[in-house]
Amino acid sequence: MGWFDSGWGLSLTVFLPLVGAAVVMLIPRAQEQLVKQAALAFALASFAASVLVGFRFDYGVSGFQLDTNLSWISAINSNFHVGVDGISLPMLILSTLITVLAIIYSWNHWPEPHNPKAFLVLILLLATGMAGTFVALDLVLFFIFFELVLLPMYFMIGIWGDRTRIKLAVFNREVETRLYAAIKFFLFTLFGSAFMLLGFIALNARGGSFDIVELSEMGRAGVFAGSFGFWVFAALFIGFAVKVPMWPFHTWLPDAHTAAPTVGSVLLAAILLKLGSYGFIRISLPILPEEAQNWAPAIAILAVIAIIYGSLACLAQTDMKRLIAFSSVGHMGFVMLGIATLTEVGINAAVIGMVAHGVITGMLFFLAGSMQHRYHTREMARLGGNLKLMPILGGMLGFTAMASLGLPGLAGFWGEFMALFGSFNPLDGLSLGVFRTAMVIGAIGTILTAGYMLWMLQKVNLGEPNAEWSGKEFHDVDRYEWFAWAPLLVGIVAIGVFPKIVFGATDGTVEALVRTAFGG
Amino acid sequence: MIDYHALAPELILGGTLVVVLVLDVLPVPKWYTAVAGLTGLVAAAVPLLSLALLESDDRFMFGDSYVVDDFALVLKGLFIVTGFIALLLSVSYVESDRYYQGEFYFLLLSSVLGAVVMASARDLITIFIGLELVSAPGFLLAGWRKGDARSNEAALKYFVIGVLSAAILAFGMSLVYGVTGEVTFSGIAAASVGLSDEPVMILAVLFVLGGFGFKVAAVPFHFWAPDTYEGAPTPVAAYLSVGSKAAGFVGLLTMCYLAFSGLRDIWGPAIWILAALSMTIGNLIALRQTNVIRLLGYSSIAHGGFILVPFAMAASFDAIELGDAFSATVTYLLIYAFMNMGAFAVAMAIARKVGSVEMDQWSGLFTYAPGLATLQAVFFFSLAGIPPFAGWFAKFVMFRAVLGDSGNTWGVVLAVIAAINAVVAFFYYAKIIKASWMDPVPESVATQDAKRIELAPTLGLAMGITAIAVVAVGILPQLLAFFGDAARAIALGG
Repeated sequence: MGWFDSGWGLSLTVFLPLVGAAVVMLIPRAQEQLVKQAALAFALASFAASVLVGFRFDYGVSGFQLDTNLSWISAINSNFHVGVDGISLPMLILSTLITVLAIIYSWNHWPEPHNPKAFLVLILLLATGMAGTFVALDLVLFFIFFELVLLPMYFMIGIWGDRTRIKLAVFNREVETRLYAAIKFFLFTLFGSAFMLLGFIALNARGGSFDIVELSEMGRAGVFAGSFGFWVFAALFIGFAVKVPMWPFHTWLPDAHTAAPTVGSVLLAAILLKLGSYGFIRISLPILPEEAQNWAPAIAILAVIAIIYGSLACLAQTDMKRLIAFSSVGHMGFVMLGIATLTEVGINAAVIGMVAHGVITGMLFFLAGSMQHRYHTREMARLGGNLKLMPILGGMLGFTAMASLGLPGLAGFWGEFMALFGSFNPLDGLSLGVFRTAMVIGAIGTILTAGYMLWMLQKVNLGEPNAEWSGKEFHDVDRYEWFAWAPLLVGIVAIGVFPKIVFGATDGTVEALVRTAFGG
Repeated sequence: MIDYHALAPELILGGTLVVVLVLDVLPVPKWYTAVAGLTGLVAAAVPLLSLALLESDDRFMFGDSYVVDDFALVLKGLFIVTGFIALLLSVSYVESDRYYQGEFYFLLLSSVLGAVVMASARDLITIFIGLELVSAPGFLLAGWRKGDARSNEAALKYFVIGVLSAAILAFGMSLVYGVTGEVTFSGIAAASVGLSDEPVMILAVLFVLGGFGFKVAAVPFHFWAPDTYEGAPTPVAAYLSVGSKAAGFVGLLTMCYLAFSGLRDIWGPAIWILAALSMTIGNLIALRQTNVIRLLGYSSIAHGGFILVPFAMAASFDAIELGDAFSATVTYLLIYAFMNMGAFAVAMAIARKVGSVEMDQWSGLFTYAPGLATLQAVFFFSLAGIPPFAGWFAKFVMFRAVLGDSGNTWGVVLAVIAAINAVVAFFYYAKIIKASWMDPVPESVATQDAKRIELAPTLGLAMGITAIAVVAVGILPQLLAFFGDAARAIALGG
């Protein structure tokens, strides 16, 4: 397996979907079955490669493994440098898994205007971008993959998205939701990544390298200290904070998640948001450790605002999908709070929080999509009694919502609990007052989270079905949905009961990161 | 002793001109002239390759006023490729209009010859003649559609502005000669040391910048460009926005770096202002356009601003950073040439299908012509600088050059302006994409007819070449490394 460990494993994981996209493009549009099978085959192959990476990974060692470093653009001294460590491995496997599930779910749930071929090509392109971002160890390569996810998601929202019309108060005109959401998503993210790129180039100008490993070593040695570091951190912060999204950069998120087709929402919530928080852990913290300590209180405050704001906003929603979207703002707030503590506990919390949020919220968006597919509405006022009409689907919704509100024993618990635990005792030198206050407010946030999730369940699942549904037949969870959802449901329980699935990978790496960067 | 090998590209192009004219009066099919022109351009590229690969020495001719070095070869290659693609685009266009085909190709090739001369010109007179040889055929080409009032307007505007800019340029050059008593760039550079406080010299430099400013359509010298592009035949607009513009940039680059190398304190800040204005104003006006060709006109003004960005900090650059800046400019020009030619080509193809260049008529293109819609997305997203298409690398090297002097506030400010402009620019490119991918087909477009309209193979070839270049360079920018390095050498030596 030497060839697999020396770069081929990761390259296959990243580029098999891209090859798949090219193959699917060559198949005539009329042969729909073949198109679907080819797309699924390549996604499965990529997933298999990522699982194999997990088996070849040595969990006892921190640092990057299965890496390769090839000359790519020697004119700017940028290399094709990829590798995984304990932080990126869970994210990599999650991204390839969600891609497979998204394709299975799509099998017979095609949003208008149909066209499976184009839809699958976009999913596969997205898969390459997502997996690539998690393994890139070169800033230029990271930037390319980070941007690569934008185009497919833009088209996915813009073509297959929600066609209801909304009135834009500022521009005083009416547009279809999908068009507004698609361009808003793109402009926000592009704005962030333009500044992120400036930050990368500035790092290269000072450090003479784009290599994340080399730059991290320089960062430790204090090469980027002072006001230079401050401005670079600010530039990177804009890029990652928009993507996470942190309050107040979050406004694209509810629009994009609500307007996107089901699979688009799932991919957005499960993976795309993590690119931002992953960027903080992979790039900002190790390369600019001093500035990370200066910025940590500010990040913690914004994170707490996001937790409270997200929860309160959820309580004001009438649209089920929009409620789930806002819940992401709150959950990513916990992730960012964990990162801001700069401790082992906090960063471990962030990574498991990212994985858990991916699994849980991905599942919630699947369920919301399937309900919309059947009821043709997402208005919670019109739903209700879902548990009676579709007992299995309703049961799954109840289960997943419980996981989302952080019930102990399910996946959502660890990220929230440990983030709060971490902020009780942040890195030495960080203001205890700020972080302990953040902990208290965050704890209130968990109560609010429970509140809106139960409120949603009560409106959607419990009670008597609305009169307008009487006499209608609803088919409960179908075969494809079972296939797509079972892994997520199993994952929710497994991570909840046995968090070592994630911690086993992250522990050593996070410990090494905190020790080398912050001496903690 | 004349170095025929070094002059071979120019000689071959000159010969091709004669052949085209002669074929035009002979009783042979008109497409012979187009084939002759295309063959001539390919033939002219052969000595370029042999000079680049076989010879490592720079060649100085005619008392150092004509130099063939790697930098000149790269740009000659750029002009020849641009001319080749413009000719490909013209074939189907001119044929369908049944206007003087032979003359059209003759004039286009003349303009290319002028640009090729400019790349080697290292004195005031040669560069002026080269520039006029680029521009004069352009005036005629812009007015090719004689029956169309817009085309007449385009030609007249272009002509008046062209003459005005030539006068300004000539005036500036005469001042330079008056102060230094030299015509060669190396002579001027030597004689102008320490003159950066001399009012006449400041005036001279600013006039020269203004003269070239019109050629490259930098704000505030830009207002002719959108009208001219809209009215001129589309292949001519494509050529003007790439070939002729690049020729202007070459003039600007060589004058600034070689002749005014000691006067960076004068032209550096002036170019900072031109760059900031061109990006911002070009983009803001482009936001409001509904006609795709006009939009491309304003977008090319904005791109002109991006191309100028690396120069802007020249005053504070050291030799290595100057090399980076120079190489960034040339890299941007090369990438811009392919993506903008491609954008015009795809606009022509779509216009042929739907019969309009108004954005709302392009709605729903994806549903009945997915291939064209995909190509369109490739070129417009490349112009917007979205990976994995070549445009990202152009923007990347531009940012890298201006931030090379990191810590300099003015450089950072310009980089931030450029970054915000890159986001703004995305909005209007996305507007076109939105129309053709996400909007429903308008009733005025008969999709069945549109499907049946066949595209000329030459147009397909032009789109194919540019698309492959845009994707390949986007994924492997190293393909351009040789060209960037070739450009770097001149800034280090100069």
